[in-house]
Amino acid sequence: MNPRLLPYVLILPVTLFLCLFFLYPFVLVAQQAFSNSSGFTMSNFRDVTEHWKFPISLKNTFLLALAVVPIQLALSLLMATMVTKMKKGRDLILYVWTIPLGISDLAAGIIWLAIFEQSGFLNSMMGGLGLIDSPTNFLSYTSPVMVFVAIMLAEIWRATAIMLVILVAGIGLIPKEYYEAGEVFGATPWQRFLKITLPMLRPSLQTALVLRVILAFEVFAVVQALGGTLFPVLMGETYAYQFELLNSGAAAAIALIILAISITFTLIIMRALRVPKGATI
Amino acid sequence: MTAATTEVVEPSQDTRKAGRFVYVTGVVLLCAWVLVPLYFLLINTLSSPETVNSYPKSFIPEFDLGSLTFFAGFDGILTALKNSVIVAAMTMVMSIVIGAPAGYALSRFEFRGKELFRLLILLTRAFPLPLLALPLAVMFIRTGIDDTVFGLALVHTTLALPFAVLITFSLFSGIPIELEEAAWTLGCNRLTAFQKVILPLVLPGITASAIFAFVISWNEVFAAAVLTIENRTLTAFLLQNLDTSPLHLKFAGGFILVVPALIFIFAVRKYLFAMWGIANR
Repeated sequence: MNPRLLPYVLILPVTLFLCLFFLYPFVLVAQQAFSNSSGFTMSNFRDVTEHWKFPISLKNTFLLALAVVPIQLALSLLMATMVTKMKKGRDLILYVWTIPLGISDLAAGIIWLAIFEQSGFLNSMMGGLGLIDSPTNFLSYTSPVMVFVAIMLAEIWRATAIMLVILVAGIGLIPKEYYEAGEVFGATPWQRFLKITLPMLRPSLQTALVLRVILAFEVFAVVQALGGTLFPVLMGETYAYQFELLNSGAAAAIALIILAISITFTLIIMRALRVPKGATI
Repeated sequence: MTAATTEVVEPSQDTRKAGRFVYVTGVVLLCAWVLVPLYFLLINTLSSPETVNSYPKSFIPEFDLGSLTFFAGFDGILTALKNSVIVAAMTMVMSIVIGAPAGYALSRFEFRGKELFRLLILLTRAFPLPLLALPLAVMFIRTGIDDTVFGLALVHTTLALPFAVLITFSLFSGIPIELEEAAWTLGCNRLTAFQKVILPLVLPGITASAIFAFVISWNEVFAAAVLTIENRTLTAFLLQNLDTSPLHLKFAGGFILVVPALIFIFAVRKYLFAMWGIANR
């Protein structure tokens, strides 16, 4: 075969597949959102944004992202630096820490349900220590703060591993010489972290944050398992419009809103952590 | 000056010991943070339905298979489990068959439009892909593959494909082109050289990325719930019945979701970091 054509033949299946199942659906979802039986309309967006649940689910989604992502960033940085220093048992520890990476968000929600439900392990523990007389129902409408905390913990538990893996891979790419030079000039471990690790890790931090923030706006199954309707989020509303209200136009409108938010944040993160040209390792 | 630096660099014996203690405690605590919730799920799964719904909980499993037998006997759940496996297997095969050639092309050829192609692949990560299930639901009804495992597998392949391309790209890049060239001089053509020299070398890595694709599909909730109605996968089935199903069914279901993930992450652990290292670029 003509060697100049071969690469195109090889990438053709992926390109076709992604055009058909990735780019084209975007056109479709926009079409669905902006039209009803009588042609172009904004009524889907009006319906969605004027519904009383919309501001709440928007606020909840943002609040959750704001509470979870910074903690995960700090935690994954801490874990990644801990692992790099490790000599014995590094593989085992890394395996344990990356276990949640393979766990479905639904399963993660169910796991934390085992802890927070009324006859669950948190109540049993507190009862065993004599802190409470009878088990309380944490996941009810009377304790919205506990519902939020449970969802937050489940999210932190589940999705820190993905950031950890990206950061560990990134730290592995930083040349050892930089640290040796830092040590020669008397930099403390903390200074080395601030002046070498963090700046050199910028591309990885970028990837990790983009992925994580997008996942944060997609949050769905964890919330369904723990909060149900007590804690409405955007993705849950999309699902409700599609299934319970059978209004696919409105579902598409919310989907577009989630897309817009995700893209905005991706651009902000890429801009804030951009790597200067020619400064890559 | 010299004296001051040595003081900073070499802390006294006591501080070092204290630091070591804090470090080890930190590692142990973080391992517990990951493992203890999983252990709680295990306890609930290996308890009889009565124990799961009672209070207080024991912190040792009673090794009763009641919950699991209830799970296996629950109407429709074994079909859902079977569907999950079929969808994940299809995703695995499709993402490798479609993705691996592109990975090979990226690693071996310089061609016009290569950057554009890479951009298309990377772009998929900046979007909440499960949302695309909404427009695809309409498209699938038109083409007659709505509510089929194949239709869902197509969406899951879109999720797994970018990973498959990037992982196989890094695998092929790790094999020197000289090996291939040597085979050509010895009478192989491109195809036979690939079969006899390259394929045996990359097979373990390809297996790892196939497993990764399997896990992505196995865990996916939103698209599965949107696209299947009669032929539900396990995640979709559990999500649909969250409000109505008893606790022991939820926990047993969560456990069945978690177990393959644990095994798979263990199987691919060596490749996890190589994958994400290259995914940074």
